[in-house]
Amino acid sequence: MSLVYAGVCSHAPGITGRRDLVENTALRDEFYANFDKMRLEIVESGADAIVVVAAEHFANFFMNNMPAFCVGMGDSYEGPIEDPAWLGIERRNVPGNRDLSRRLIVELMNTVDVAYAEEWKFDHGIMVPLNFLTPDYDLPVVPVNINCQGPPLTPLPRAWAFGEALRRACDSVDEKIAVVGTGGISHWPATPDSGKINEDWDRDFLDRLLRNDKQAMLNYTDEQTYADAGQGGFEIRPYIAVAAAAGTSGTLHFYTAELPIFAVGCAVARFDLN
Amino acid sequence: MSLYQLQKFLYVLNRDSGAQEKYRVDLASLMGDFDLTSEEIVALKEGDIGLLYVLGVNGQILMHYAAFLGIEWFDYLDRMRAGIEKHGPVRDGVYAMTGSGASFTVEGGKR
Repeated sequence: MSLVYAGVCSHAPGITGRRDLVENTALRDEFYANFDKMRLEIVESGADAIVVVAAEHFANFFMNNMPAFCVGMGDSYEGPIEDPAWLGIERRNVPGNRDLSRRLIVELMNTVDVAYAEEWKFDHGIMVPLNFLTPDYDLPVVPVNINCQGPPLTPLPRAWAFGEALRRACDSVDEKIAVVGTGGISHWPATPDSGKINEDWDRDFLDRLLRNDKQAMLNYTDEQTYADAGQGGFEIRPYIAVAAAAGTSGTLHFYTAELPIFAVGCAVARFDLN
Repeated sequence: MSLYQLQKFLYVLNRDSGAQEKYRVDLASLMGDFDLTSEEIVALKEGDIGLLYVLGVNGQILMHYAAFLGIEWFDYLDRMRAGIEKHGPVRDGVYAMTGSGASFTVEGGKR
């Protein structure tokens, strides 16, 4: 039928795995409440499936065969690959929809060279958002990965082109589709600098994103991003792809740099689809 | 090439329950499937997070490995700091330490 919802949110393993270490529990709970707000928006959109545009962390793809883009094409997936107690999310099967994935992939392939995968293990990059957005795991998921980890990374203009193609694909199927992009904004994850966040950079990026200013989003270089927003900043690609899919401006529901134990700038936002 | 092999070892270990079982019962055999240097073999035998970090293992791969080993979060961060103190700066990759080694989390600083 069409794209009925488009949003973005941060992911990080600490969001679920270190929830009990947070000092500012009121702020943490406000963040969680905004995840739930996004969940309700997706429910109200009537979505039949959710496409999660993510930035995975070597759960499926390694430098022996690293795709710029990959789309899942399974009837189910499994995750998390991480120790469940460490992540705070139990291991489980997650429903997919092979037929829907296939139709989306066929349309995508007309303009973007996507890889596809009938097997896919989710890591925190997808499991953390799903933990909040589909807590009963009752909405079929179509996972998408954009290479944000193994340089050379997917160029930003290609992430934009992928997002435009994803919109065409969503609009070509009978189902109502929600698309959620998830990544970091600034962060230096899994290093001794974990917890470091560049709030000014984050807010500037979110401004460009939610104005849907294509040129401003594509102006970043990886060198600048690495210097200003850390290696975690490479994960702006899913956000940019979803902005391209939405094609509209958006609304910031929540942002804070004040939950450093989560080791990421924490954002929840949606695009205002017509 | 060797860092590639080291990271591939950890990538496989992190995602494959069969490899995890083999790790527990016959680590030497599992390592034998990869072209590792003697320094890397020692680091893996000892679960030396600090040295693996300095060798340039991608932080996401290393973080998942540390979780597999059951290393607590702040201990994991401290082990990376200790690795830098002992072995020097990160030698490769994009996960170098950019701060002074101090904690960026209130909770970490309070321990």
